[in-house]
Amino acid sequence: MAIASFATLLAGAAQAATPGLSGEKASFPPFDPAHFASNLFWLAITFGALYWLMSKVALPRLGSVLEERAETIGRDLDQATQMQAKAEDMAQAYEKALAEARKNAQGIAQAARETGAKESDAKRHATEAELAGKLAKAEASIAKTKTKAMGNVRDLGSDIAVAIVAKLTGQAPSATEAAEAVDQALTQG
Amino acid sequence: MAAGGGIDPIHQFHITEIVALKPFGLNLSFTNTSLWMVIVLATVSAIMVYGSSQRAVVPGRLQSLAEMIYEFVASTLTGVMGKEGMKFFPFVFSLFSFVLASNMLGMIPGSFTVTSQIIVTAAFAVLVISVVLVYGIVKHGSHFFGLFVPSGVPGWLLPFMVLIEVVSFLSRPVSLSLRLFGNMLAGHIALKVFGGFVVALIAAGGAATIIAPLPLLLAVALTALEFLVAFLQAYVFAILTCVYLNDALHPGH
Repeated sequence: MAIASFATLLAGAAQAATPGLSGEKASFPPFDPAHFASNLFWLAITFGALYWLMSKVALPRLGSVLEERAETIGRDLDQATQMQAKAEDMAQAYEKALAEARKNAQGIAQAARETGAKESDAKRHATEAELAGKLAKAEASIAKTKTKAMGNVRDLGSDIAVAIVAKLTGQAPSATEAAEAVDQALTQG
Repeated sequence: MAAGGGIDPIHQFHITEIVALKPFGLNLSFTNTSLWMVIVLATVSAIMVYGSSQRAVVPGRLQSLAEMIYEFVASTLTGVMGKEGMKFFPFVFSLFSFVLASNMLGMIPGSFTVTSQIIVTAAFAVLVISVVLVYGIVKHGSHFFGLFVPSGVPGWLLPFMVLIEVVSFLSRPVSLSLRLFGNMLAGHIALKVFGGFVVALIAAGGAATIIAPLPLLLAVALTALEFLVAFLQAYVFAILTCVYLNDALHPGH
């Protein structure tokens, strides 16, 4: 309203400055009732047409478009949320399966390791036992051979002793005496 | 504004008959006002009807503009009246778009501003108040007149309060029409006067010619201000219509 009064002042000033141009105007056109009927008539027609076009055509159309868009966006968002939840579930299931598989693999590896160790232990024990048996047998045969050899040595020793004594003394000792002496020497030696 | 008339700031409001039409002694001639009303109608229809004809979920430029205006008016209306106010939406939208298009088209040099005719703004104001009265009385009956009886007022003061309320109600159409009319009229006169100063100063010659750009700068600034006023007055008109209609929707204080 301040602008209005300012402008009216200016308009007054301008009119005062140019009396020749505006002096002939009898009335201010917006207040001239001569055109009121015409203005009202055409306003009724144009505004009526505008109201009809807006209320029957443009606004319902735009309203439905906006509603449809809001629905589409809402639906898409819902779908996206559902998808995301599904993906998360799947990721969790995968993680679980992975953890289980890992646990299983560890169990299997452990079992395999244990059975392997057991088997190789058994094999080793068997081999060791076999080897020990062979060793004992070999030792026994060595001992037998040794005793036999020693027996031969004793017989030979007593024979030689008899021969030496007979040669030295001209008198042959009995075989038993010679054997005793050899045994004595063997045990001392 | 540049259309003839020298520097007479009132000339732009003159009504000239284009097609004389005088049935039953009534002057219903098609004038320049009528022409610009039709142009306003065509402009708004082009944007709103043609713009929405694609019904695209992903809107083009014109449809975006149409949707922007739709949503602007819808949010203004629901902000004042709530969701139930949407039954007045076509009415408020038509008023807003008609006034806005009139004001904006009036800014084109040489054009005619429909809203600078007081009979037009007065017709709108009377229409708004009539809708308020008719809807209020049809919907709420005598309860509607509770609007004029403020609650919590001592008995001896009540007649005065009712009188004040009635006067304030009756002054609504007057202020509604004069506000729009006055702003449009004054703005265009001011623009014309400053434009006239430029011409007068140049015509005077000498030292006066040197200061001629000053009113030109003012005219440029005023043009920007007038665009703001053109939008603002349409918005004010629409929001006040909503406020008044809200009284019809929810009478009583």
